[in-house]
Amino acid sequence: MDRKARDAEWSDLMRKAIGGDDGAYTRVLSDLSQALRSTVRRGFSGVSARPNEVEDVVQEVMLAIHLKRHTWDQSKPISPWIMAIARNKMIDDLRRKGRRTEVPIDGMLEILEAGGHEDAIHAHDVKIVLNGLKGRNREIVQAISIDGHTAQDVAQRLGMTEVAVRVSLHRSLKTLAETYQETKSAGNKT
Amino acid sequence: MKTDDLIKAMVADNASIAPPISRTLWLALAAGAALAAVHFLSLLQVRSDFAYAITHEPRFMFKFVFTLGLAIPALMLVLRLARPDGEAGWSKWLLAVPPLLLATAVLLEMQAVPPEHWSVSAVGSMPGACMKYIPILSIAPFIAMFYALRNGAASSPTAAGAAAGLLSGAIGAALYATFCVDDSPMFLAIWYVAGISIVAALGALIGSRLLRW
Repeated sequence: MDRKARDAEWSDLMRKAIGGDDGAYTRVLSDLSQALRSTVRRGFSGVSARPNEVEDVVQEVMLAIHLKRHTWDQSKPISPWIMAIARNKMIDDLRRKGRRTEVPIDGMLEILEAGGHEDAIHAHDVKIVLNGLKGRNREIVQAISIDGHTAQDVAQRLGMTEVAVRVSLHRSLKTLAETYQETKSAGNKT
Repeated sequence: MKTDDLIKAMVADNASIAPPISRTLWLALAAGAALAAVHFLSLLQVRSDFAYAITHEPRFMFKFVFTLGLAIPALMLVLRLARPDGEAGWSKWLLAVPPLLLATAVLLEMQAVPPEHWSVSAVGSMPGACMKYIPILSIAPFIAMFYALRNGAASSPTAAGAAAGLLSGAIGAALYATFCVDDSPMFLAIWYVAGISIVAALGALIGSRLLRW
């Protein structure tokens, strides 16, 4: 599939997802995570990043896509929007680690690359991320993401309302994104 | 957590999407401007000859051409820069129009007013009040725009903050202009520009800290 057709497909899926189609959302996010993995790896090729560092940034970009998807103008192609987020997060990550930021991120990352399926195998466990969550919030994220339960199941099991579970989940995703921000500022100090 | 697990959590949270950022920004502008108008009325009042001056006095009219002429491109910039892929584009050139008009107006004023009166025109009757009230009247739109921008995702927090500051300063200045009796373009070029610049600079400074995401 060529770049344009791929963008059209992703844009279409994301529009459906924003309209409430969870299936479309799953598809576009998993496609994007693969594309981002090879894009980030390529962007970091000059700085010898370890695979879990790449995955770290991929997750950070994914969280930003999720939390900021209302900033995508649905009348425009989605790839430049994704790439702008990826570029920001990659530059932040390099800065955080005190590496030179003049790595050729800019010019070479005009396009979002399609990722091969073998990339998923390299998806590393990034445990540190969940450490930013505490108590019940962590339990809920874990139950939904890792154990694959629905919000309804989790609500029943924990004796909470489904709304409360959803609110907690949303708050946790925000916290996860902020965890990166904090490690960022901690990195700036050193 | 594996990325695929993270995706499951994000899909489960799909219903939580915020309203489109452009809508949030427009609402913030409306709320900020309305609050600023109330703020203005609680501190000052519209000058008594407003109705006459706005229709007969070109210097007075020009104060609104200048301030609203800044507000429009500043708003366009805010709307663009609030998005990660937003670029200033041609709206940054529109920003050059009001200063060019002002420079022209100052030159015309220098022709119209004899040199010995220039200092009177430039200093006016209340230069200090202008520098004080423009930032004060811009507080409400400033807070509203920053609140909305934090909901966005600016690739350049400094530029987005500066644009929000400029917009707020221009709104504050337009409101203050309805009270202020110093109408000379020379006065405008010094005191209004200073007042608006303070707010824009503050916007850049605060933006670089507050608008990171």
